[in-house]
Amino acid sequence: MAEIKNYTLNFGPQHPAAHGVLRLVLELDGEVVERADPHIGLLHRGTEKLAEHRTFLQTVPYMDRLDYMSMMQNEHAYVMAVEKLLGVEVPVRGQYIRVMFDEITRILNHLLWLGTHGLDVGAMTMFLYTFREREDLMDVYEAVTGARVHAAYYRPGGVYRDLPDSMPKYQVNKYKSAAEVKRLNANREGSVLDFIEDFTNRFPKCVDDYETLLTENRIWKQRTISIGVVDADRAKQLGFTGPMLRGSGVVWDLRRMQPYEVYDQLDFEIPVGKNGDCYDRYLVRMEEFRQSNRIIKQCVDWLRANPGPVITGDHKVAPPSRTAMKSNMEELIHHFKLFTEGMHVPAGEAYAAIEHSKGEFGVYLISDGANKPYRMKLRAPGFAHLAAMDEMAHGHMIADVVSIIGSMDIVFGDIDR
Amino acid sequence: MPITPEVLLSRLQDVLGDKLVGGTVALGEVSIEVRPESWHDAARQLRDEPGLRFDEMIDLCGVDYSTYAGVGRQGGHYAAVMHLLSVVRNHRLRVRAFCPDDDMPVIASVVDLWSGANWFEREAFDMVGIVFEGHPDLRRILTDYGFIGHPYRKDFPVHGQVEMRYDPEQKRVIYQPVSIDLREVTPRILREENFGDVGHG
Repeated sequence: MAEIKNYTLNFGPQHPAAHGVLRLVLELDGEVVERADPHIGLLHRGTEKLAEHRTFLQTVPYMDRLDYMSMMQNEHAYVMAVEKLLGVEVPVRGQYIRVMFDEITRILNHLLWLGTHGLDVGAMTMFLYTFREREDLMDVYEAVTGARVHAAYYRPGGVYRDLPDSMPKYQVNKYKSAAEVKRLNANREGSVLDFIEDFTNRFPKCVDDYETLLTENRIWKQRTISIGVVDADRAKQLGFTGPMLRGSGVVWDLRRMQPYEVYDQLDFEIPVGKNGDCYDRYLVRMEEFRQSNRIIKQCVDWLRANPGPVITGDHKVAPPSRTAMKSNMEELIHHFKLFTEGMHVPAGEAYAAIEHSKGEFGVYLISDGANKPYRMKLRAPGFAHLAAMDEMAHGHMIADVVSIIGSMDIVFGDIDR
Repeated sequence: MPITPEVLLSRLQDVLGDKLVGGTVALGEVSIEVRPESWHDAARQLRDEPGLRFDEMIDLCGVDYSTYAGVGRQGGHYAAVMHLLSVVRNHRLRVRAFCPDDDMPVIASVVDLWSGANWFEREAFDMVGIVFEGHPDLRRILTDYGFIGHPYRKDFPVHGQVEMRYDPEQKRVIYQPVSIDLREVTPRILREENFGDVGHG
């Protein structure tokens, strides 16, 4: 018999299952993975260095481009770090809006994860279903911020503006008849909050549909159960956070353990897995859909009943209103200073972390008292998860590598920064 | 219930003793500075001591303090900063150590204590040039193959030193010195101490 030696396979960076630009060098013994060496950095843009050369406000849009699947959550960690250093209070309405959008973003992220994970493993239909729901949430993003993805909505001290009273509507054109437009606009007649509430009412049914397609699906279970098993101790050793850690059976969620904003006043549960394999991580994320939906509902109810300011009134941090700026000398000076020189953040250092869709996203900010950060370090959850690739893939078949990558929910924007 | 930062700090002072250079509680966060030679021993104690139990290393990064507040820091510019989290006890900690030698900043690796430190140390080596002694595989991680320099040092220009383009004559991709100029729209401003006081400037 011919002697078979180990050979090396280059997976990516253009492979569709690599979720972006992952170059994975696999050392194989037949079809069994002996060693997996991820090469990252193909999307490295030096966000941390760029931030040192931008004012504190100018850095906000860069945050959207980190994990470009959970845009507003990245902004959230950053503005929380700046607020911590500045010592400003965010109005409660601003906090509720942030929490609501964090959860909307979590659903957006998990929908994309579910669609692409399904696609990788061979469940083509998932992608079509999940993108249908993503479209509605992207419309919410657009109505509130003007952008479907890169929102730049959170600002140090609050959020940029209050929720609008109307949703943009479809219009009749040569592809859409009047009857069709009427049907599409049925849930867009009210305010943005009405539209979100309508979404939360129909979304649990959508999650049921996804579960019908996957949870008891024989092929899906064969592809995910006992694949990429990480026990609780190893998960902590490897720096796992978020659904990856919960999938291994550790009850840990920053929203509950170290609550920020108004999470301590909201009612939700933390799903936890048991075996730490791809299937358990899948189940954890599926339950997070439902819990996020619950949180959004509570936020909508609160926001309906409690109008108020959404950004701090401290004009050293947040700009004054347009009318005040046009009619008042002091406000004009504040506006001018804020948008040219920027805000000065007291010297010191702060680490702010949030429960991001993928895990713990942290921003470590060092300020020396200037109008720009001295050093910023972003702690990306995916970075720690992908680092465990070698350990998780060892001894598995090459097709399982795709399942493992899918269950890690990696996005290169935040791994490479 | 997690313990207060002040209690955590006094517990750290008891445990680490003279390994500690200093410790503060600021903005609700505990930071300690340890001697660079006891970086690894201190880390082991932080992980194993029953009252501390920092079972997760959340983040590790290198920081270049050479231009801090416009003047920089005397005696050792490069620091390794580690953020630890205790999932069991629910508290956080920041640990810092300054590398004594600026030409060759070296510190012990903690990969044997937390496996997750592997890539974080590779990144700190790549970006700031801190060498982690005892790291099993200290390669560059984020920058290009064959990259020269450490981009997050303060003397590295934000637009880089080389740019890449396709050369039609040689029919391959080549590197050349950057052709763009450094452009700073908003200057970095450090206000004087008594800025905004009555009668000042």
